[in-house]
Amino acid sequence: MTETLVAAAALAKSFRNGITALAGVDLAVAPGEFVGVLGPSGCGKSTLLRIIAGLIEPSAGRLERSADLVGRIGFVFQDPTLMPWATVSDNVYLPLRLQGVARGAAAPRIATMLDSLGLGEFTAAYPRQLSGGMRMRVSIARALVTQPALLLLDEPFAALDEITRFKLNEDLRALWRRHRCTVIFVTHSVFESVFLSNRIVVMTKRPGRIVADLAIDLPETRDNALRLSERYTECCHTVSRRLAEAMA
Amino acid sequence: MNGASRLWRVMAPTLVGMGFLAAWEAAVWFFEVPPYVLPGPFLIGATLLHDGPSLLGALLVTLRITFAALAVAIVVGGALSILFAQSRLLEISLFPYAVILQVTPVVAIAPLIIIWVNDVFAALLVCATIVAFFPIVANTTLGLNSADRNLVDLFRLYGASRWQVLRLLRLPSALPLFLAGVRISGGLALIGAVVAEFVAGTGGAETGLASRIIEAGYRLEIPRMFAALLLLSLTGIAIFVVLSWLSRLLLRHWHESALESID
Repeated sequence: MTETLVAAAALAKSFRNGITALAGVDLAVAPGEFVGVLGPSGCGKSTLLRIIAGLIEPSAGRLERSADLVGRIGFVFQDPTLMPWATVSDNVYLPLRLQGVARGAAAPRIATMLDSLGLGEFTAAYPRQLSGGMRMRVSIARALVTQPALLLLDEPFAALDEITRFKLNEDLRALWRRHRCTVIFVTHSVFESVFLSNRIVVMTKRPGRIVADLAIDLPETRDNALRLSERYTECCHTVSRRLAEAMA
Repeated sequence: MNGASRLWRVMAPTLVGMGFLAAWEAAVWFFEVPPYVLPGPFLIGATLLHDGPSLLGALLVTLRITFAALAVAIVVGGALSILFAQSRLLEISLFPYAVILQVTPVVAIAPLIIIWVNDVFAALLVCATIVAFFPIVANTTLGLNSADRNLVDLFRLYGASRWQVLRLLRLPSALPLFLAGVRISGGLALIGAVVAEFVAGTGGAETGLASRIIEAGYRLEIPRMFAALLLLSLTGIAIFVVLSWLSRLLLRHWHESALESID
């Protein structure tokens, strides 16, 4: 058996209002993977992500997290979720501050992180002065600044225009190649999940279960030219078909 | 906003005010209303200039009570809100009593407080504080509880302590609503100070503007009464303007209410 970072077994979650979000999810994620979780809106993808993050408890089933993950999980929400009263660099400093890293020690790490996301000129700006795409970049910088072993993203680009979204997809893929952390990326976009992931799990509509687990055989380095390739289109076809089956 | 409409924002209410004062002056002159019934604006203005210095001491007394009450309301109200935010049980146990205190007219409880508290200044301070503290408690509690849920989760994810959540997340989230509360309470503290003094009646060595108004009423010095009233209104406006300015200053970088329009 290969090493796993996160292992979910028969995971289920029902909320007090009677909604069953998840019904028996099995998922094992190995270190270094980029896993896309694809499913229709409201299928419990976010719930799964929050359980993996430890933000909510499952109602049934088991979730095992590797000991390496303690305090080493990054989370990017659907909205940028920045503190409007804090500058870009203060927002990125937050996780380090909460973990007790002094400002001076954190400064070089924050600067490097902001540069690598193209935010170098905006360190002193407030979130309201930035575009939606830039805000999302700050949010990603904040999640990566602690050098997490596991990065969880909950439909982070859903609210962005397609051009911005394509660019962020490209950059996220490049960041993942550089940081080599494990990524679980929740989305309802076939194209996005195929472009980003090395592996896609397809979920049914609520209550969510995983019905397909597909390896995406595309080059490791990916840029927007890939979107025009036949191989990419084929992958999208396959994944779309599996998603349609899951919805039926 | 362009220059012309900005000008109108000042001009329009000024014209209305001047028209009203002119009509008032004209009516008093035309119907020969005696000053002890209704003095004209000119007479009131002249009285304010003439009696101003003698009213200033009283204004100072009223202001002392007002600001002391506002300060106590901010400290007690703020502390209470923070306690409420820490414990839901405490909030649901105590909040109804804050509401009861708020809905009971201060005029009705002031006589009791004046009997119980010997020192006049302290008694007036208690009355004004009771009036002033509710908006701060209500607003700040709401603000502390309306921190972004995802940010709360993020703090949890990084193992933030209760104190860190309070200081770095809940307090800044509550600041705009807290300041809105302070702005309301500033005006209420002044009203509370005046109303309480009305109920207390004149007494003690140092008395405030309310006592001047009562005295002037007894002596049928109606222009002086109006002058004191005018002074009170101006004070209320000044308090509001200063607190609004303070609020904009503190929120200017990030809150919608304080952003400069960029078009």
